[in-house]
Amino acid sequence: MAYTVKAEGVRKSFGGAGKGGKVVLDGVDLAVETGSIFALLGPNGAGKTTLVRILATLIRPDAGTATVAGHDLLGDPVGVRRSISLTGQYAAVDDMLTGDENLRMMARLLHLRPREAAARSAELLAEFGLADASDRRVKAYSGGMRRRLDLAISMIVRPALLFLDEPTTGLDPRSREQLWGTVRKLSDEGVTVLLTTQYLAEADVLADRIAMLDRGRIVAEGSADELKSSLRGEVVRLQFADQADYKRALREVIAIGADERLRTVEVGTDGSAAAVYRLLGLLQAAGAPAARVSVDRPSLDDVFLNLTDGSRTDGSRTDEIASAR
Amino acid sequence: MTTAYALSDTSVMITRCMRRSLRDPEAFFTALMLPVVLMLLFVYIFGGDLNTGGKYVDYVVPGLIVLCAGFGAGTTAVVVATDMSSGIVDRFRSMPIHASSVLAGHIVASLARNLLATALVIAVGLGVGWRPTDSPVRWLAAVAMIVAFILAMSWLAAAFGLLVGSPEAATGATFVLMFIPYLSTAFVPARTLPAVLRPIAANQPFTPVIETMRGLWMGRTSTGASVGHEALLAAGYCAAILIVAVVAASRLYTRRTAA
Repeated sequence: MAYTVKAEGVRKSFGGAGKGGKVVLDGVDLAVETGSIFALLGPNGAGKTTLVRILATLIRPDAGTATVAGHDLLGDPVGVRRSISLTGQYAAVDDMLTGDENLRMMARLLHLRPREAAARSAELLAEFGLADASDRRVKAYSGGMRRRLDLAISMIVRPALLFLDEPTTGLDPRSREQLWGTVRKLSDEGVTVLLTTQYLAEADVLADRIAMLDRGRIVAEGSADELKSSLRGEVVRLQFADQADYKRALREVIAIGADERLRTVEVGTDGSAAAVYRLLGLLQAAGAPAARVSVDRPSLDDVFLNLTDGSRTDGSRTDEIASAR
Repeated sequence: MTTAYALSDTSVMITRCMRRSLRDPEAFFTALMLPVVLMLLFVYIFGGDLNTGGKYVDYVVPGLIVLCAGFGAGTTAVVVATDMSSGIVDRFRSMPIHASSVLAGHIVASLARNLLATALVIAVGLGVGWRPTDSPVRWLAAVAMIVAFILAMSWLAAAFGLLVGSPEAATGATFVLMFIPYLSTAFVPARTLPAVLRPIAANQPFTPVIETMRGLWMGRTSTGASVGHEALLAAGYCAAILIVAVVAASRLYTRRTAA
């Protein structure tokens, strides 16, 4: 298996490496398969951006090693820079220049000849749906257009690895969908993508693999499906016809969630039909028949909240999901 | 090969900074209005009663050039600070581009802006009755002095912009740089200043720069020292500021990359 990014034991503290400093990355290992879309998922301050900035050679790690696109991060930063493209949280484009000028400038900095630069700019403007806006200053672009221009710049010379740092933060849903489409297309063309996001939906929709980062540590890693099934239990939601039934039911089962107003009780199960059957039978026998039943698989949100919950980072909620008595 | 790339990178950066300067009409307009307004203000409003041993406009032109250069340097500090806090510089940093190319773009644009303002001071000065020497050699020397001074101030401003990092803080530079000329021989000879301020005015870097121009254009300095003496002092100051500022700016750019 080929990896475009392989990092081991990456550490970084700010404000002094000693005890006074704030530890932002606390020994992160990362392996991104070539050609995949890999998502770093985590709340604000988890260290996502710091990790990306380290892998993009913008910051030096305090400890750890990494190979990016076949180049050693510390030994050959210029080699790394030649193989990557970085799109930050704020579109890295020049507001005062037009879209075309931005692209040509970047193409020139990547050492295309003036004529090639002009041709490539026209090509990319068309490809990213910006041809009509090519002579307008970027200041007048919408958020979605800026991100697209940003991505277009990243693609002037196709990088081995594309970093997308929170690519859709602040975009409206339609622009977000568009951008997802663009990212998928780039991935289909063989570009390895490492993206950071705080949106679970984004990681779920886009990424082949997801690493969850919380307070400088990777707390879970896998495909979206693997992460969801790591919670094992599924949740059965029962709704009762009246308050009396609701109260009786609450005494019979160990609820992991309950809503008195809606008269719903949530019970964890192992996902088997037998367990649901048993649960319903038990309630029937106790004189609290359920009026409605639904079974939910945990969403990525549940995994996320479970793993990043400040008091419980060890995934112990799985154990608390009890089946019916 | 690498040198060719460095040159091409630098020319791209210069084009970028020049375009940005030209497309900021407000700042551009202010920079061009300032020399005109100040000239009229000093010559017609304050200048009537200032005793400088001749027509006041003959005295004040070098002072106004330096004042406008101070304002221009303030602009440069703000421009650099703004640029450094923008995402595009992060992108430049993640590309194989040398730091000096990015800074050179700003310095050349700063030189261009300031020389334009200087030309305007000279043009307005001539319009309101300034009669300097007509010796091309002296003019050339005076222009060389201006270029050296503006170059040093531009690098100093760039270093300051890099140091403070935020455009708001960088505006402080404008205030300081526009204030220093008042404590020099820019507007009145040092002997007319209060005794406390006299040594400051006589020994600060702006004074020899101003006196060099004054001596070259008008044939005599206001301090009584020879032009050669003032020029040597001015060149020394400019070289010292330039060296310190270039080293500081390059270090700060790299450090902000590594932080």
